[in-house]
Amino acid sequence: MTVLEPQTSFEVSNKGFYGSFGGAFIPEMLYPNVEELRRNYLAIMGDPAFQAELQALLTDYVGRPTPLFLAERLSNQVGATVYLKREDLCHTGAHKVNNTVGQILIAKRLNKQRIVAETGAGQHGVATATVCALMGLECIVYMGSIDMKRQQPNVDRMRMLGATVVPATSGSQTLKDATNEAMRHWINNPVDTHYIIGSVVGPHPYPDMVARFQSVISEEIKTQLLAKTGRENPDYVVACVGGGSNAAGAFFHYLHEPSVRLVAAEAAGLGVLSGHSAATTALGKPGVLHGSRTILMQTDDGQVTEPYSISAGLDYPGIGPLHAHLFNSGRGDFYAITDDEAIQAGFQLSKLEGIIPAIETAHALAALPKMNMKPSDVAVVCLSGRGDKDLAIYSKYL
Amino acid sequence: MESQLVDKQAVQANRITDAFTQKSGSLLNVYFTAGFPNLGDTVSVLEGLEQAGADFVEIGMPYSDPVADGETIQKSNMQALENGMSLTVLFEQLADIRSRVSVPILLMGYINPVLQFGVERFCQKCQEVGVDGVILPDLPLDLYLDEHEPIFRHYGILNIFLITPQTTDDRIRLIDEHSEGFIYMVSSASITGSTSGVSDEMLAYFDRINAMNLRNARLIGFGIKDSETFQMANKYASGAIIGSAFIRLLQENGADVGKITAFVEGVRG
Ligand SMILES: Cc1ncc(COP(=O)(O)O)c(C=O)c1O
Repeated sequence: MTVLEPQTSFEVSNKGFYGSFGGAFIPEMLYPNVEELRRNYLAIMGDPAFQAELQALLTDYVGRPTPLFLAERLSNQVGATVYLKREDLCHTGAHKVNNTVGQILIAKRLNKQRIVAETGAGQHGVATATVCALMGLECIVYMGSIDMKRQQPNVDRMRMLGATVVPATSGSQTLKDATNEAMRHWINNPVDTHYIIGSVVGPHPYPDMVARFQSVISEEIKTQLLAKTGRENPDYVVACVGGGSNAAGAFFHYLHEPSVRLVAAEAAGLGVLSGHSAATTALGKPGVLHGSRTILMQTDDGQVTEPYSISAGLDYPGIGPLHAHLFNSGRGDFYAITDDEAIQAGFQLSKLEGIIPAIETAHALAALPKMNMKPSDVAVVCLSGRGDKDLAIYSKYL
Repeated sequence: MESQLVDKQAVQANRITDAFTQKSGSLLNVYFTAGFPNLGDTVSVLEGLEQAGADFVEIGMPYSDPVADGETIQKSNMQALENGMSLTVLFEQLADIRSRVSVPILLMGYINPVLQFGVERFCQKCQEVGVDGVILPDLPLDLYLDEHEPIFRHYGILNIFLITPQTTDDRIRLIDEHSEGFIYMVSSASITGSTSGVSDEMLAYFDRINAMNLRNARLIGFGIKDSETFQMANKYASGAIIGSAFIRLLQENGADVGKITAFVEGVRG
């Protein structure tokens, strides 16, 4: 008898792979930490006491469930029904906190005293500093020195929350370099420190662990959409992809629903072919960065290319291995959105719906007119964060 | 065909393993970055180190994102890349190196440039020019065994693994089983170039590993920078690896054979 296996699985394998992407390409110095996490994360997350603590925090501290909002005026403009999953209404203003509340609870169960994190836009740094304050743990955040300038309000927020913000001055001085520095910090402090990675990147088990913590987004979309429309499944789920954590969370419970198209918006910067871009799937090829094999912007010699985007949170030369697999297998549709398209979409949402989105999120909104939707189509956009942190940039276009 | 390959492997393996049979201790391995401080310096530095009596040389293949390295080596990597160094250029520079030096040569670097070059093509090139071993810190044991070991063996290139104070005994045994040449013993939980000095904890770790009676020799690296730290390492292992301190010398003096000799003599004490 022939057993029909599904052609492609979107779950992580035992060894941490999604198709050919993923794994744990880490120096031996990190092996014990990553292995400790790998051995324990599923058991910890499966523990009812852990789940109870997590759910209580998600409800009372983060403010979940976040609303699913029918954006009527935007729908009219786009020519299809558009719902917004309001992750911008999470405490601290973005989806990032879904992951940090989960990981801080894991860190506590592993008896870690100190937290290190990287941040791009500063949203993950703020979300990490926030939960560290809540739990009374020391917090060190690495941030590219360019990003510290363009996301100054978030630097101040982190400091006010008691975190130490350390500028990453190497390379492009953005998210990639902040991640390098955070990894070096972890190598130097292997026993008492937990590294809270902010996206579905890094060595296994991080991509899977972060995706699971963010999966609450699609879990809620399913019930909310059912209540509002009588159907669980939209035709499209749309999200921006830096490393891809809000997208992974919004896609998670739809990965095995082929009728739902998964749409990822990457940052094209000044244009995919301009030499100033962060459109990873358009420009990259398979390679290893920050502990996993993924799609990576790089030279022919395998040196990582310095990316560019107006959005600090999308200014990264790779994507999470799950997304590399979605791209390669054709399960996901990837769009490259320029700085200008994103800014316009940010202004459009502000004027039509009274919601100022983060510039990262604006990339997802800018994909809507490119998707050739029918009037009967239903799209859910993951509104990953609010735009307060970006006012200095938006105001240049006022 | 088969036997020819096996012969090659035996010859290749010998330069590193021979070094350990010829000399029982105080073996010195010196790291430098290819194409640093100038693109054309690779061979001069290599010759300088052989003349100065280094027992091994470890040539760094520069990479844009060297996460296991501290500032000194990071900067040398950036400088070398700006100078135009790449694997293609490096293999060109090393093309007739075996007519010039006989010291065992290791290449040290990160996996991504090797993947882009092609693992098989890389091993083939190593064999062709006479490189004896490689150190790829972000290619861990399990992925090496799953995907690359047969290719490395086929071309007779030794893959050197690291252990750290946090590596469990079971894992050290596993690494020992799959290692040939030597085990790279990272002295403390740190990136390269740390200045933390010698602690009781470190000595306890050295004693613990000594007592394991591993089948492979060990060289101690990270934090070895002068005669004092070198002598300390020699008490607990077959020798040591110096990196950042030598990079600082090259940064200040360039590929100056006299300075290189004085440095190596100074370390030997
Ligand atoms: C609001 C917002 N959306 C999206 C992102 C991108 O991250 P990810 O792709 O992991 O969701 C960020 C990152 O800083 C962000 O702040």
